[in-house]
Amino acid sequence: MPSALPVRSMVGPPPRMPVALLIAAACALPFLLGDYRVFQLTLVIVHAIALLGLNLLTGYAGQISLGHGAFYAVGAYTTAILMEHFGVPYWLTIPMAGAVCLAAGVLFGLCASRLENLYLALATFGLGVSLPQILKYKHIEHWTGGVQGITLAKPTAPSGIPLSPDQWLYFLVLLVMIVLFAGAHNLLRGHAGRIMVAIRDCPIAARAMGIDAARYKSLTFGVSAMYTGIAGALGSMAVQFVGPDSFSFFLSLSFLVGIVVGGISTISGAIYGALFIQFVPNVAGDISKAAPSAIYGAFLIAVVYAMPHGVAGAVETVVRRLRAVGAEPRRATDHRDSHPRRNCA
Amino acid sequence: MPKLASLSSLLVVAASLASACSRSEPNPSSDRAKNSAPVSATIKIGQTMPYSGPASAYGTIGKLQTAFFKQLNRTGGIKGKKVELVTLDDAYSPPKAVEQVRKLVEQDTVLAIFQPLGTPSNAAIHKYLNAKKIPQLFAATGASQWNDPEHFPWTMGFNINYVDEGRVYGRYIADNQPSAKIAILFQNDDYGKDYSKGLKEGLGEKAKLIVAEASYEVSDPTVDSQIATLKGSGADTFVNVTTPKFAAQAIRRAYDIGWKPTEYLNNVSASVGSVLTPAGLEKAVGLVTIAYYKDPTDKQWADDAGMKEWREFMTKEYPEGNLDDGVNVYAYIAAQTLVQVLKQCGDDVTSENIMRQAANLKDFAPAQLLPGIKINTGPKDYVLFDQLQLARFDGKSWVPFGPVLGVR
Repeated sequence: MPSALPVRSMVGPPPRMPVALLIAAACALPFLLGDYRVFQLTLVIVHAIALLGLNLLTGYAGQISLGHGAFYAVGAYTTAILMEHFGVPYWLTIPMAGAVCLAAGVLFGLCASRLENLYLALATFGLGVSLPQILKYKHIEHWTGGVQGITLAKPTAPSGIPLSPDQWLYFLVLLVMIVLFAGAHNLLRGHAGRIMVAIRDCPIAARAMGIDAARYKSLTFGVSAMYTGIAGALGSMAVQFVGPDSFSFFLSLSFLVGIVVGGISTISGAIYGALFIQFVPNVAGDISKAAPSAIYGAFLIAVVYAMPHGVAGAVETVVRRLRAVGAEPRRATDHRDSHPRRNCA
Repeated sequence: MPKLASLSSLLVVAASLASACSRSEPNPSSDRAKNSAPVSATIKIGQTMPYSGPASAYGTIGKLQTAFFKQLNRTGGIKGKKVELVTLDDAYSPPKAVEQVRKLVEQDTVLAIFQPLGTPSNAAIHKYLNAKKIPQLFAATGASQWNDPEHFPWTMGFNINYVDEGRVYGRYIADNQPSAKIAILFQNDDYGKDYSKGLKEGLGEKAKLIVAEASYEVSDPTVDSQIATLKGSGADTFVNVTTPKFAAQAIRRAYDIGWKPTEYLNNVSASVGSVLTPAGLEKAVGLVTIAYYKDPTDKQWADDAGMKEWREFMTKEYPEGNLDDGVNVYAYIAAQTLVQVLKQCGDDVTSENIMRQAANLKDFAPAQLLPGIKINTGPKDYVLFDQLQLARFDGKSWVPFGPVLGVR
């Protein structure tokens, strides 16, 4: 389906069959796997939501963030504090964590809207490194639990539903993910998505067209933070613990790793990236106890080298080639770059 | 109708998968009767360690213990049973620790988690392991909340905890320097706070002797300004609650600016090789500390049988390990303590019995502990080290002095 606008090509109509199959498979998995694997997959989905949040900001709107671990932490702590100190039911804390992070993101976005590129990266870096220490601050310690953190009760399935707590949480997280992914998909296909991409690719032209770049940047920051915050809320339920060390600066970096490895400016890339940041460190640890970080680094370099557009880009290339094998040879060359980075020049 | 097609395909897939799983094996996560069933010829023990991440220096504990159990298995194991230590990287991240511990418990079906490292990681797995009734055995952290057999019967710490150690100094100062003017330097986290809490408890009514307190962050480059502040307070007694790098700085700085208080140095930083030598041995003369195991860099243990055994193990089995690092002595002692617990289990090696025997250690004294220090536990007493002795640095090594002190 050739499209007049390059923007539209980035977020085409949803491929219904594969998505339906994927959801069906995702629904079946918890019945085939043990609780531990279900728990791991829950974390994968949680990471995928966080990555999608960061991808909205960094991939689509072109605003780099080295501090999304902070929003993840805010979401996690919002849930933990509401559950622990106010007895709020766990499911209600999810939208509340989202709202808190939306507000925090918009505020930070407003302050940071004048910052570009490296300066924005530094500002968000500041956010990421400072938050774990702020959580230990003694005047809020009775809320945050200080260094000891907060241990959460595990959500259980409502009576009558024969699911283990791990299975129940998995389905809850999956549902949230489907809603948020569909939301992101619609957002990116519409007016707002095009504005975001315009600001990324050609800020001067965007302003010339009358787009209030600062406003959209801070709004994107807010939505992005909301996604990541909701992921944090869900993650804290799965892990049943929040503490300052859970949200070290490395978390922010691994989110960035996730979106690049998964495929920047793609929705499906969030899932690939989540699988990477969830499982590759484990594989690295299995290969070598002496130097797991070196193995992880080697993996990372290999992936970036072999798949310059991330896993999503590689998957698309493979699919295209497979199709091209059956089609006329000329069509094989008639492909468009799936990740256009169109510059003003 | 693409919608209808996709919906029907979804249903077909879901139905076939559902029928597939109804035929499959019972859910692997269903409760195993592991607490009653005796295990086979291998005793499986799990562990999480920060092999990567900010605390990776402590990964040496897991590496040493892996080598230790390899050697043990080669030489016959424990009454013919081999010990398999499954040790996984948690990167010092609590969520990762939860994930790895769940893997160990639910997939690898380990009987106990041995020496999981770090206060945050242990806090994250605390409730889970107690709910699963799997021992969280000899947690490698000095925080004080692990010894609570009434509420958490499946958790036992290993280290001398910070509150206890602080209390010993407090009591000693109250008894021996009743008119001291005390200055404290501590790290601004749970470790420092536990410590000063213990110190104040030990001082009791004499807590008002504390004339100055200063804290530092792990990220601070130096503690020079804190030392200057503390000196300015006119204190004549200095309690130095710092980790090795800062301890060395504090000792050197206090000496260099002409402050000569009676100085107490916490056990964490009592290494001659990695703290006192960089600080300058002549500047460390007169320091008082508590130590419970032998410092590998201390010359007085050069011909000691226990340390010779340890050094032989290090060269043969773990040659990449650092012979100057006291953590390697610590890990060796903890491994022997686990062996003692497993020996006491006899043929009944279950999670339940492991915990029962861990709470039933009587006068167990690995040869790398200081003379007179023994491990004693009971069902209501999960504190391994109840008695400590003070030692003073004479410019070369730590010389024990005074009576053996109770920590309670």
